[in-house]
Amino acid sequence: MATPDGTPRWDEQLQRRLARGEETALGELYDQLAPMVHGLAGRVLADQAAAGQLTREIFAHVWEHPEEFDPARGSLRSWLGALTHRRAVDRLRARRAAEYGPAGAPDAPPGAGGANAGAAEAEIRTVATAARMQYVVDSLPQPLRETIAVTYYDGRTYRETARLLGISEQAAKQRMRLGLELLATELAAEPAEQHAEENARQDTAEPDGSEPDRSGPDTDDHGEGGT
Amino acid sequence: MTTTEEQHDAHRSLLGAWSLGACPGEEAAELEQHLRGCPECAAEAARLREAAGWLALDEPLDQPGPLRQQVLDWCLARRPAELPVPAWGLPYGAETAKLDALLRDLGPEEWQEVAELPWHGGVQHLRPAEVLGHLTAVDGYLARALGLPDPVPAAPGGAPAPAERRVPPQESAGPAPVPRVPPQGGRYAGITGRTARLVAEQAGLPPQSVRARWRRQTHDLVRSAALAPQGNTPVDYGFVTLPLRDAFVDRAFVCYAHGEDVARAVAYPYDPPAPQHLRQMVDLAVRMLPQALAGLRAARGDRSVRGDRGDRGDLNIRGARGRRLRLVVDGPAAGEWLIPLDGPDPGPPGGEPVASMVLEGLELCQLAAAHRDPDRLPVGEHGDRAAIREVLHALPLLSRP
Repeated sequence: MATPDGTPRWDEQLQRRLARGEETALGELYDQLAPMVHGLAGRVLADQAAAGQLTREIFAHVWEHPEEFDPARGSLRSWLGALTHRRAVDRLRARRAAEYGPAGAPDAPPGAGGANAGAAEAEIRTVATAARMQYVVDSLPQPLRETIAVTYYDGRTYRETARLLGISEQAAKQRMRLGLELLATELAAEPAEQHAEENARQDTAEPDGSEPDRSGPDTDDHGEGGT
Repeated sequence: MTTTEEQHDAHRSLLGAWSLGACPGEEAAELEQHLRGCPECAAEAARLREAAGWLALDEPLDQPGPLRQQVLDWCLARRPAELPVPAWGLPYGAETAKLDALLRDLGPEEWQEVAELPWHGGVQHLRPAEVLGHLTAVDGYLARALGLPDPVPAAPGGAPAPAERRVPPQESAGPAPVPRVPPQGGRYAGITGRTARLVAEQAGLPPQSVRARWRRQTHDLVRSAALAPQGNTPVDYGFVTLPLRDAFVDRAFVCYAHGEDVARAVAYPYDPPAPQHLRQMVDLAVRMLPQALAGLRAARGDRSVRGDRGDRGDLNIRGARGRRLRLVVDGPAAGEWLIPLDGPDPGPPGGEPVASMVLEGLELCQLAAAHRDPDRLPVGEHGDRAAIREVLHALPLLSRP
């Protein structure tokens, strides 16, 4: 999606350089995508050490297997986002399972600890969705992300935002609407089993088909093996 | 009818701002009124509100500074690089990445803050994007040496290249040249001129574009360095020429110092260099010290001691030759160096150092950047106190605009 260098060409060039064993390519990959990988891991795992460990693991995976990235199926960013998200959620589940016992595992039938297990699973879903949404926010095209950040996180009106960014009020309103549309679409694109309960309302029609090329993190899995 | 449609469209265009809570009260009230009678808008409003709800999240974990090195080391241990970055290029790679990470988080208002960049001749006041222009312009000396494009536009009217001003003709005239302080504008004209031209050229660009330009050049520089692992290529700064391997450490250090200047201006924390990188920076500063000592004495009008090789045979004011000082650096970049006090020629070996001093590595570097007061630095001293004072006062002379 919208990385500063986020053209497919950047992805493919970097992939070639990684395959050639260029240390500088590894550094550039880290600089470009570590905020996303570490941020996503941190949001899901809520643990500095675990997030660092997963970040290490993810980059080692790309460095050792750059050929697994398929540019035809989406950006390097979305591939890494999907990989990070899945592994982070796996770890969270494993941790929960250890805390609640086997009943806390996602596939276990509701048994003795059923209520606990259900609560744990709901919490995992919330955390995972929140983390994924944040990474979707981070991946929004820069003008949309900037407009939303300036408005929402700094508590400004759209008029103040427009002035601050030097754009028209009309443009500010459009960016906010489009940015939220993209987020809403991502939410709706969650796997059914994850959002069946909480997001029934969102099974409405897709928004206008004008959003930029996206690769849903959860649908763009590249068949990567688990931990 | 048309009016109703127009109103509908107007309300609809407000939905994003409304969902973010960014509508002035009156407009919000009007829109909410409209939503009660318009299912189409109400459905979209619900969608967008729900999406906006996910924006209200806890702050993400801060990315710890040392993580980058840990991750890269971990990766390289599992699969060694076929085209590694030479050790002398690593501090530059790490420091430019650190500064870039800081800049990524800057908001529009923070880009307008003015950073103070002290050097031994004064303080420069620059906005973050101008600091980047400055870094890009001087890094451009390395780019030129490596055959990369020079980021700085040519001086108008074909002004003389900075290198030509380096040695004013009158200095080679007399047999016993009088040591003098070169006018700062002259000595550093190359750096300041290049900075001014690039900053002027980039003045109209959005800060993020300036950042992208700077970042691209830093990436290109490290890539080129990996192809020239010997690092012998001379880099002409105008007032000094360094081999590429030293120039990279020098630029890493300057990037750190100015990164910290920017961080201070926007009140962000900024990590010191990794210990192994700090050690390389200390080593470079120590190796450049004899030159700075010569500069210090020249500035004081001490005619009998000069650091340049032509004066190798001179006696210094004490009548002794080849005095040395033991510098002990403690902290994470711990190490020990012998500093020749009477010119770059170390003198006869085996002589006892006239003094020992103990300094913390980061503080030594900050002193070399003229970010510390040499008279207020905690220093362990033993021996010739005057020699220690001299070294402490010479270090800031390594700084420049």
